[in-house]
Amino acid sequence: MTKQHPAWSPYDNNGGTCVAIAGADYCVIAADTRMSTGYSILTRDYSKICKLADKCVMASSGFQADVKALQKLLAARHLIYQHQHNKQMSCPGMAQLLSNTLYYKRFFPYYSFNVLGGLDNEGKGCVYTYDAVGSYERVGYSSQGSGSTLIMPFLDNQLKSPSPLLLPAQDAVTPLSEAEAVDLVKTCFASATERDIYTANKLEIVVLNKGGIHREYMELRKD
Amino acid sequence: MKLDTSGLESTSPFFGSGDELCPELSAAPSFSLPLSTDDTKATLKHAKGTTTLAFIFKEGVMVAADSRASMGGYISSQSVKKIIEINPYMLGTMAGGAADCQFWHRNLGIKCRLHELANKRRISVTGASKLLANILYSYRGMGLSVGTMIAGWDETGPGLYYVDSEGGRLKGTRFSVGSGSPYAYGVLDSGYKFDMSIEEAAELARRAIYHATFRDAASGGVASVYYVGPNGWKKLSGDDVGELHYHYYPVTPSTVEQEMAEVAGA
Repeated sequence: MTKQHPAWSPYDNNGGTCVAIAGADYCVIAADTRMSTGYSILTRDYSKICKLADKCVMASSGFQADVKALQKLLAARHLIYQHQHNKQMSCPGMAQLLSNTLYYKRFFPYYSFNVLGGLDNEGKGCVYTYDAVGSYERVGYSSQGSGSTLIMPFLDNQLKSPSPLLLPAQDAVTPLSEAEAVDLVKTCFASATERDIYTANKLEIVVLNKGGIHREYMELRKD
Repeated sequence: MKLDTSGLESTSPFFGSGDELCPELSAAPSFSLPLSTDDTKATLKHAKGTTTLAFIFKEGVMVAADSRASMGGYISSQSVKKIIEINPYMLGTMAGGAADCQFWHRNLGIKCRLHELANKRRISVTGASKLLANILYSYRGMGLSVGTMIAGWDETGPGLYYVDSEGGRLKGTRFSVGSGSPYAYGVLDSGYKFDMSIEEAAELARRAIYHATFRDAASGGVASVYYVGPNGWKKLSGDDVGELHYHYYPVTPSTVEQEMAEVAGA
């Protein structure tokens, strides 16, 4: 019997790209603001970035309905954590929580490609990258989404840090300054916008450092 | 008494179904859950593209793995931790679905700790591998992809088990798992002796992983080598396989026959 393809799929891909870069004492998380379905644009002004905790921000591309559900779940779990422990959840803690949340739906996954950025317990920047079912890794930089195959090689070229698996260990955090990292992110998206139809319109950049959270926008090509 | 079962009969659709203009409206709403072989799932899962190996020798257990994760033809990461530290005296290797291996190894670590607390003694490698194998067997056929080796040192000495998502569990002294395993076996089997020192065994493991990454496209990154002894595990080395290549096969400068010289001016 030939495999029958279902007439309806519960998933859709709303496109978009997310990037995060970890610095010595800051973290930059960025995403474009276009939301599409097929060849149509649903909206030009949709934020894919969500603040989960004081020192923890998540950017997700993929199916935005699943992303929204995931964000709500994590926000609720964080609220419970705050009530029980009287403090905010740390970024590494939230990273593990996100991984487990994704894996609990192993057999009907969240179609959500996430990148978590923030400051760890020592104040150093940290970025965690995920696949759709929860496997995760702490890295120095990452990109996910439709433009990730365009952006990742460029980031590897500019920021390639020694693997954390090397022995003797070498530091993985980028030596760039905060302003240089923001500039690099803007460059990434400007290029990705040229060649990826789903990445466009506006770039939302969130910077986390010891002074708090700072958000800025940059216009991208709208075509 | 005849029960009134009219309520259980399927209701006729609001719109007339005579013409079958819209067959979808009258059909019962349903969708089949995305199957493991569906395109969405295929891109979501990591293939068993990897090389991991472990063997028992005189001094204990040597465990080694590469660090590449591929999604189809795209390398999603070159720095994946494929040797998972379950507890200070037990290691697990990762092959297959990264999320599956990460989650269930962490779950195994929790169960091992609970065993310690409940029984006031460490769990054996036999016991730990059985716990994992039973969990994976209960999910058999549901699409988990796990090919792991549990290596450790317990009261009976060094222990090594192979456990996979089909429900298999094998005790053995030499295993290699993943797409690069045939290449690793070639090097491992030809160089293996039970009486090796720790350095010799580590070098054998490192070479086997290097050769697998050389020939297998889905393996690469960093070759990590761990040793499990009576005092627990210790990471011995982590070397980039690109650099290992030139370490094993250094470039000998060849004699220059003709040299291009810069033309001044023009």
